[in-house]
Amino acid sequence: MAKAKIKIKNLYKIFGNKPDQAIALVRQGISKQELLDEHKHVLGLSNINIDIPAKRIHVIMGLSGSGKSTLIRHINRLIEPTDGQVIVDGDDVMEMSSDQLIQFRRFTASMVFQKFALLPHRTVAQNAAYGLTIQGINEREAVERSQRWLERVGLGGFEKHFPAQLSGGMQQRVGLARALATDAEILLMDEAFSALDPLIRNDMQGILLDLQKELHKTIVFITHDLDEALRIGDQISILRDGAVIQDGDPQDIIMRPADDYIADFIKDINRGRVIKVSTLMSKASRVAGPKFESTALLEDVLTVLNQSETESGAVVDDKGKVVGKITMKDAIQAMARPQRAETGTRYK
Amino acid sequence: MLEFLTEFPDMSRRDLRDFKLAIDGAFRDFSRANGEAIEGFFDPLLWFLIWLEKLLVATPWPFILIIVAGLAYLGSRSWKLAIGSMLSFALIGYFGMWEDTMSTIALISVATLLCVAIGMPLGIWMAKSDRVQSVITPILDVMQTIPIFVYLLPVLMLLGIGKVPGLIAVCVYAMPPMVRLTNLGIRLVDKDVLEAANAFGANDKQKLFGVQIPLALPNIFAGINQTIMMALAMVVIASMIGVRGLGIPVLQAIQNQYLALGFMNGLAIVGLAIIFDRVSQKYGKRLQEHRGGHDHG
Repeated sequence: MAKAKIKIKNLYKIFGNKPDQAIALVRQGISKQELLDEHKHVLGLSNINIDIPAKRIHVIMGLSGSGKSTLIRHINRLIEPTDGQVIVDGDDVMEMSSDQLIQFRRFTASMVFQKFALLPHRTVAQNAAYGLTIQGINEREAVERSQRWLERVGLGGFEKHFPAQLSGGMQQRVGLARALATDAEILLMDEAFSALDPLIRNDMQGILLDLQKELHKTIVFITHDLDEALRIGDQISILRDGAVIQDGDPQDIIMRPADDYIADFIKDINRGRVIKVSTLMSKASRVAGPKFESTALLEDVLTVLNQSETESGAVVDDKGKVVGKITMKDAIQAMARPQRAETGTRYK
Repeated sequence: MLEFLTEFPDMSRRDLRDFKLAIDGAFRDFSRANGEAIEGFFDPLLWFLIWLEKLLVATPWPFILIIVAGLAYLGSRSWKLAIGSMLSFALIGYFGMWEDTMSTIALISVATLLCVAIGMPLGIWMAKSDRVQSVITPILDVMQTIPIFVYLLPVLMLLGIGKVPGLIAVCVYAMPPMVRLTNLGIRLVDKDVLEAANAFGANDKQKLFGVQIPLALPNIFAGINQTIMMALAMVVIASMIGVRGLGIPVLQAIQNQYLALGFMNGLAIVGLAIIFDRVSQKYGKRLQEHRGGHDHG
């Protein structure tokens, strides 16, 4: 795994009048419900430890109320934690002075929002340039510099429009251009595509993946949509009731859900279109039968194997060298849902 | 016992008299000691008001008509409104109220400027802090509801009869909507947009001038509009303490039962009010044209 760009350590967030007292109870293991019923405090985040690798897309997934939007706001400290650290490039964001924090937000981490949050009185061009003008660059130069990002997200020609004149998908492209224009290494995306309809969402995911191929930013992406998480995530953390319940790459989560909650979550997923052959293969160097690239999807493998005379096929790397073997039996078994991992805990 | 129930247990007459005398005496001493200094403090305002009044009166009337039409057009982008404004001014002049109208416009302009200059920062301050809001709101309530003559008394004792006390009376009455609507406008700014400004590292100044004020502008404009309207409503009262303008003839009309004089000057005030209102409202609307989505797609 690549080096961690952002390290979140022992992060707690408790909402209420006296979070400092409540945190002691949380450390003793009080449940979220008890804390709310007996002490009138809401447990937002509980002992979060995540390493977010550089230059990858790290998805944080959870249903509403799981604390995912609270978590992403700790990375640029839009929300103050009750306790814990967020270390970016070795510096603890929580220890920054207000000036340092402003610099951090201007130059290191930019953000895309679920509700777009564009400035309604500024044109598309001025919105895209917003981060740069905040950095102190004069308006004209800022607009010039952000122009290429507008074009990159497919909004060339709309510079003079106001946000209210654009559709939701186009507004979010402006939001994306605004975040990219500051050249920040970290991109925080808070349910960035959740407010868009499915086709547009699909488009936007494609745009993001294309951009990532050349930009290699460290992207933290929040979503409640598992399909989205599996499509764009290099790494996925699943959040429930303010705690991380599984952390792993998409294949990991599909093949080895940590508990019934996650198993339940993934049961409606089209496994054939998510699981890659490299996840299923066993090591081998000489195999007869059809050849598959290691990123080939289970669905395609099954189709080919079914028509082939052999019961198994070879998996090859990008240079064409055989690295593993996939059998019909493995492939069919992978299509069936796993019950849950042996070590998993039952959820209530 | 019965007497206790029917008679309110009030202060004795002598105590009450002493109490009032003490307050009156203290204020009189205060105004004797500080009256001149306070008057001096308001001098620049007085000079500005007199200068503006003289300028308006001295400017040849055709220029004023052109300026009125020009400003009305710039504000509203409507020829109808521009021509209508010019015609009303011509009518006002034709009926012999030109100079009084110029004096009134000078007073209203200075009062509005003053109200905006004080009211807007106050409104912004209120929006930033709930505690400030809870202190200022009741003061604004008092300013708007206390009978005008009551607060005119101390002002008159301090400054005597003249333009400045008139201006103060107008401002006390006309400023509250400016403060309230600025406060409201800034508090209503979309939290998501403000969060975005924060996330991009905007400092307080960048947030205030780049996000909060621009997004609050429609409300701030409504405040300015209300301030102008209320200042105009005060013109007659201000004339009672020596402010020149359209109020003086109205006052004479009341005292002597001159029906036509009263109506003419009253209607001139209404005319001014309508022009100011329509132009400033249209301007306020134009400021937020971007909110509409014309060509969706």
